Amino acid sequence: MSYLEYTVKTTPTGLRKVLYLNWPLIILLIAVASAGFLMLFSVAGGSFTPWAAPQMKRFALGLVVMFFVAMVPIWFWRNMSVVAYIVAFLLLIAVELVGIEGKGAQRWINLGFMRLQPSELMKIALVMVLAAYYDWLPLKKTSRPFWVFIPVVLILIPVALVLKQPDLGTSILLITAGALIMFLAGVHWGYFAVVIAAVVGLVTAVFQSRGTPWQLLKDYQFRRIDTFLDPSSDPLGAGYHITQSKISLGSGGWTGRGFMQGTQSRLNFLPEKHTDFIFTTLAEEFGFVGAFSLLSLYALIIFFCVIAALSNRDRFSSLLTLGIASTFFLFFAVNMSMVMGLAPVVGVPLPLVSYGGSAMLILLLGFGLIQSAHIHKPR
Amino acid sequence: MKRPTRDSADSLRMITRRGLILGGAQAGFMGLLALRMRYMQVEQADQFRLLAEENRINIRLIPPARGRIFDRTGAIVAENAPSYRITMVREDAGDVEDVIARLSNLVELDPDLLKRARRELKELRGDTQVTVADRVSWEDISRVAVNAPALPGVTPEVGLSRHYPGGGDYGHIVGYVGAVSDRDLEQIDAPDALLLIPRFQIGKIGLEVKKEDTLRGTAGTKRVEVNAAGRVMRELDRKEGEAGKDIQITIDNKLQAYVNDRLDGESAATVVIDCETGDLLACASSPNYDPNLFVRGISSADYKALLENKYRPLPNKAVQGVYPPGSTFKMVTALAALEAGVADPGETVYCPGHLRVGGRRFHCWKRVGHGNVDLHRSLRESCDVYYYEMAQRAGIERISEMSRKLGLGIEHDLPMTSVSKGLAPTKEWKLESKGSEWLRGDTVNVAIGQGYVLASPLQLAVMTARLATGRMIKPRLIKSINGVEEPVEPAENLGINENLLRLVRKAMYAVSNSRRGTAYRSRIIEDAFKMAGKTGTSQVRNITKAERARGVTRNRDLPWERRDHALYVNFAPFDKPKVAVCVVVEHGGGGSTAAAPIARDVTLQALYGGEPPLTAYPERDRARIKTQQEKLRQIRPDREKDKSDRA
Repeated sequence: MSYLEYTVKTTPTGLRKVLYLNWPLIILLIAVASAGFLMLFSVAGGSFTPWAAPQMKRFALGLVVMFFVAMVPIWFWRNMSVVAYIVAFLLLIAVELVGIEGKGAQRWINLGFMRLQPSELMKIALVMVLAAYYDWLPLKKTSRPFWVFIPVVLILIPVALVLKQPDLGTSILLITAGALIMFLAGVHWGYFAVVIAAVVGLVTAVFQSRGTPWQLLKDYQFRRIDTFLDPSSDPLGAGYHITQSKISLGSGGWTGRGFMQGTQSRLNFLPEKHTDFIFTTLAEEFGFVGAFSLLSLYALIIFFCVIAALSNRDRFSSLLTLGIASTFFLFFAVNMSMVMGLAPVVGVPLPLVSYGGSAMLILLLGFGLIQSAHIHKPR
Repeated sequence: MKRPTRDSADSLRMITRRGLILGGAQAGFMGLLALRMRYMQVEQADQFRLLAEENRINIRLIPPARGRIFDRTGAIVAENAPSYRITMVREDAGDVEDVIARLSNLVELDPDLLKRARRELKELRGDTQVTVADRVSWEDISRVAVNAPALPGVTPEVGLSRHYPGGGDYGHIVGYVGAVSDRDLEQIDAPDALLLIPRFQIGKIGLEVKKEDTLRGTAGTKRVEVNAAGRVMRELDRKEGEAGKDIQITIDNKLQAYVNDRLDGESAATVVIDCETGDLLACASSPNYDPNLFVRGISSADYKALLENKYRPLPNKAVQGVYPPGSTFKMVTALAALEAGVADPGETVYCPGHLRVGGRRFHCWKRVGHGNVDLHRSLRESCDVYYYEMAQRAGIERISEMSRKLGLGIEHDLPMTSVSKGLAPTKEWKLESKGSEWLRGDTVNVAIGQGYVLASPLQLAVMTARLATGRMIKPRLIKSINGVEEPVEPAENLGINENLLRLVRKAMYAVSNSRRGTAYRSRIIEDAFKMAGKTGTSQVRNITKAERARGVTRNRDLPWERRDHALYVNFAPFDKPKVAVCVVVEHGGGGSTAAAPIARDVTLQALYGGEPPLTAYPERDRARIKTQQEKLRQIRPDREKDKSDRA
């Protein structure tokens, strides 16, 4: 049976594709986004403006994008991987030249109808290009130094550009997501051991460099680390975010203070309450029950993604699905760790819940790819 | 894109294996997050809930209204006037500079305060209230209120601030309040939380500080919900405090105002007390100062002017200033000797103009001497030699005891700052403080109120009241608190032979009413109000032998600060003493010329309860008194008008 035959026979075509969508995943995504709308409505003091309404419009747009991406056969997207990577790379270069300053970092390109964050696009493009690379590379070459070196370069080029913006959070996400795909593809354990050892060494070096002329991090990044390690040292200054965040979260208790009854967010004690710290508002108003439910929804999304990946019959689809799921995981894991005081405040949004257009669009685009892989897998 | 099947199968197995490992790791991490969530939201929930409440709820103190102060007739001495300030919130203002520009067209803005406000508006959080103008007048605040739509973010705020409508009249008695300073807080062991309220005013000096506990009241509390910038969103509940108690003082506002005006231009003090109750009817020290200046925070230029004034406006000369009482002390010396029985009222002493004691010549003010003088004549004409003799017979201990009996050299319990004890010297005192034996010459000096003896105008007025009544009159300042009269205990008898007192009073009557009396020129004609007094002139310098030989320099030829102090004490009416008065004019020259005329005016004013008719004065003085009264009348209307401008 030729490849062509096989594909044509077992792959749904036309509108029948809709029936083969991964519907549980879509329902979970809508559930999580709805939780987000609810919280944006709440933090605006019971109003659809300025956040909930635009967010809903963007989510609807994102769903449409997801469907269109899903309808296109996965092998088209595999062939587009390198193009996507190059486009994302060029946009990252462009943001250096014409980017808009936001909170001390150059991150956006204004496209007129929306502000695009090229680093978001790069998260998907990097996963795609790595998945395509390992799809092409024979398994036995996977752990050879030269063939390990190439994906490392593919990862480090965008990381360097994102770090320059500077956006530490996204850089870490890119490196981690890239490393995870390499791990999934079967690169030898030894490489990871060496890299982890090197990172430990580097971190030591970074701390040693503080205050010297060759200081490796910006002052604000050092301060964030400081307040992460001891937030109580400066409760009204740099540690304010994390202290207030923990108070909001903890004061929720079992069942929370009730919808729109969270004093921390309503009285503005909570900073960035509609973006990075939106989870704390949810935890304050709906308590452990609400927070755990959201975490469970995220866990289910990951679960369905892993199941889908394992049932995919080709390497690209599996790696892509797992890679996007891991990126998604990294988003909410880092964000939740951050607001719970387990990680430094690095500026990672809560996926599908935090207010923000381009992050949501890109994520739904990524889920479109997962759906495409799901629809077009050999059956 | 063909691949050997084996490779493909191996690859899928690898991905499945590693995918499961990764999925497991992710599940594990999510478990960790769930545990952390549980730890914070379930186990530590109470602690975080408490922190959230602490964030949200502020307990604010409501400052109590300070007790007011009234005079004995109910006129306001100290009140709480509304004080206005203008605040601004950046978030609501929009274009801050634009709003400030519009505001400055309506209200004059203080450049220093504005500079600070601009900085705060820029640096503090957008929803913080910043004061842009303080102590604004009612007209200004109404202009701002009317133009509110054009001034977004601008709010007029009202508070209470102390105001003394009498200006300088009561500065020395009542003192003033001011914002709590760090130094005030250091001096108090367990400061009332009220004191930490910004702008809270406490007594700094005078009655305001002595009766702080009565006047302050207790704070109320209110619980308010605040946002992160500390701005009050709503009030949750409140518990009212208790306003401070009102105090009525014994001072008569009209008399106090008159005395202040009469003393204007002099460095002097006057005390008027009620002979029956000991009520202080007037108590003035000149020059005075306006306590309102201190409430607002006095400018350094104004303060420097007060400090550099050679007439010293700041201390209260009436109770704090001590002076050698001079001849006003002679009643004490005489009574000490007569009470002890070492002399007889009718006994005469020969005055040749001086007395030699222990090898030193003590002079009488009259160089040629008075000849034979008895008690009556010695007081009337103020012969010194008579008292040199009497003092030596009585001895310093008896004189000192008599002084204390009459209210000198003891501390009177009055709620005013720095009430002086004065000095009624004894042998023991000299040994302790000077380290030398008491000399006979010291006694001779004390005899005529010179040397070591010192008394304040208040003490001399008390002495006069006690002489006039024979009872132990105690001065008092507080008439009632919150409408409850302070009880006046009936004064005990002094225990001095009434016959002797009568003789002394008669002699004092002669001082003022006998043609040969030292204060005859300042007598009162009105029969019902005749007064009995005693002049005093106390030296502030030593007269050398050489100077005495060529003739003592007259006061008006001396520089001001070397001239004699002029004193006068009196009580009136003679038959039924109502008021006792003491006037001290620093470096005024002679008691009869500088102090007695003031005392007469004040006495008449007190007895008539207003401006006395000219018929009360001797005929030859009437023209002069008339112009003086007109001049004084002119001062007051102006001051009344000033006050209404200020309010």
